Amino acid sequence: MDEILEILEKDARITPEEIARMLKKKPSEVKSAIKKYEKEGLIVKYKAVVNKELRKDSDLSVRALIEVNITPQKDVGFDKIAERIYSFPEVNSCYLISGTYDLLVIVEGKNIHAVSNFVAEKLACLENVRGTVTHILLKKYKEDGVVLKHKQEHKRIAISY
Amino acid sequence: MQISKKVEKMQPSGIRAFFDLVLGMEDVISLGVGEPDFVTPWPIREAGIYSLEEGFTSYTSNKGLYKLRLAISRHLKERYGLDYCPEEEILITVGVSEGLDLCLRAIVNPQDKILVPQPSYVSYGPVSELAGATPVYIDTQKDGFKLTPKNLEKNIDKNTKALILNYPANPSGVSYTKKELEELKKVILQHKILCISDEVYAELTYDFEHICFSSLSGAKNNTVYLNGFSKSYAMTGWRVGFACGPQEIIAAMTKIHQYTIMCVPITSQMAAAEALHSGKKSVEEMKREYKRRREFVLQELKVLGLECIRPDGAFYVFPRVSKTGMNGAEFAQRLLKREKVAVVPGSAFGGQFSDYIRISYASGYAELKEAFFRMGRFLKKI
Repeated sequence: MDEILEILEKDARITPEEIARMLKKKPSEVKSAIKKYEKEGLIVKYKAVVNKELRKDSDLSVRALIEVNITPQKDVGFDKIAERIYSFPEVNSCYLISGTYDLLVIVEGKNIHAVSNFVAEKLACLENVRGTVTHILLKKYKEDGVVLKHKQEHKRIAISY
Repeated sequence: MQISKKVEKMQPSGIRAFFDLVLGMEDVISLGVGEPDFVTPWPIREAGIYSLEEGFTSYTSNKGLYKLRLAISRHLKERYGLDYCPEEEILITVGVSEGLDLCLRAIVNPQDKILVPQPSYVSYGPVSELAGATPVYIDTQKDGFKLTPKNLEKNIDKNTKALILNYPANPSGVSYTKKELEELKKVILQHKILCISDEVYAELTYDFEHICFSSLSGAKNNTVYLNGFSKSYAMTGWRVGFACGPQEIIAAMTKIHQYTIMCVPITSQMAAAEALHSGKKSVEEMKREYKRRREFVLQELKVLGLECIRPDGAFYVFPRVSKTGMNGAEFAQRLLKREKVAVVPGSAFGGQFSDYIRISYASGYAELKEAFFRMGRFLKKI
């Protein structure tokens, strides 16, 4: 993998100048590579990883994983109906998967009613949706490679040979 | 109680007071650390935990777990084309430190001399003395911290028993290409001395392929090859290393090892075996990260105007600071007091290196950035 991507995936706030120093390249080279990645959609966006469990004021405190069974449509397969589903703002993530159901939809809501309303009134009544199974997410341990638990940091001794 | 004369004669590190100062201070950004900032990769830690769960809590054979010796033997074959027999030519040690101590004690007779190119890792001289040898320090300053065949030959006499060669080196980071090693080998074979090759930073060589000294043609019988898991797999606290060498030397080392250490803790040996089995990917990742940090640090030093030899490996740079009007010790002390950044004065690695400091880049990127920002501020004010 391109090292620029490797660096940015770990910390998107590292500047092109700093990356250039690390990779012994010109800042302009790094800048244009990043621009290219952005244009190609390889880099989609930059965001902070927030541990919402610690956010007391969060109005999106309930997350549900919903298994959705759908009937694929002629010519477009699952894509069209997936689009109709993921376009709802309540939908955080949407994946087509193999196995006993078709789409895994992750939904965020203020509370359990909001989530169940979404499922009952919007998702389940879509044409082509044959059935849903909703799992409420209880606790997040790790997300996208990041462990969310705040661990006590182990310190190395400050001076050693 | 009268302490052993030999031990009393040993000089405690001249910069002990500086260390105490660092350890007593809070919120210090330390670039003085000689170990990786990574945690041991999880599969390796998991193997240690699993071995405990399974009840592996006993001694192992003195030489170490056979499966670990076998894994090392296979690894060396694959990596360097080396043939070390796991039964007779490999010994598992408590880090490279024990391997070095055992080797010196196994070979030294009174009057023997051990060659130590400097700047060098702190223990080489004192451990040679403890073994009853006289260390002969070779200054490599004018050759960019590298031992040249000429400089080596100049320092050999009839009492010379062995050379301790460390590459990539702590504290300078320099390493040797195959051609350079071949030239050193010639001198070593010609004078029939032993090369004790400490290659603990081997996996962290950035610009060329690391060549194992004993893999040079004809060198194996004159080499004791020392390595360990500490630096490459971020396993410093596990204390596992290994020594490979001619059967009679390994047998002699094992004799001492069996009376003094018995065996390396089994948990650590189990984890080390897993490191060889599944750790390669993590090593590669860590290496890429260190390499990026090296470039960053070299650039920062350039901006600060501190001259420095470009290191080939390990995670240290060894810049000269005399241009600032301070020697290494003053620089380190004042930097610590004013900006709470710790580096190691060069004199720790040999008396004549008082104009240098050692900076370790085994620290996270954010820390390095902040440390160099502070160093810049420090230098502007003097």
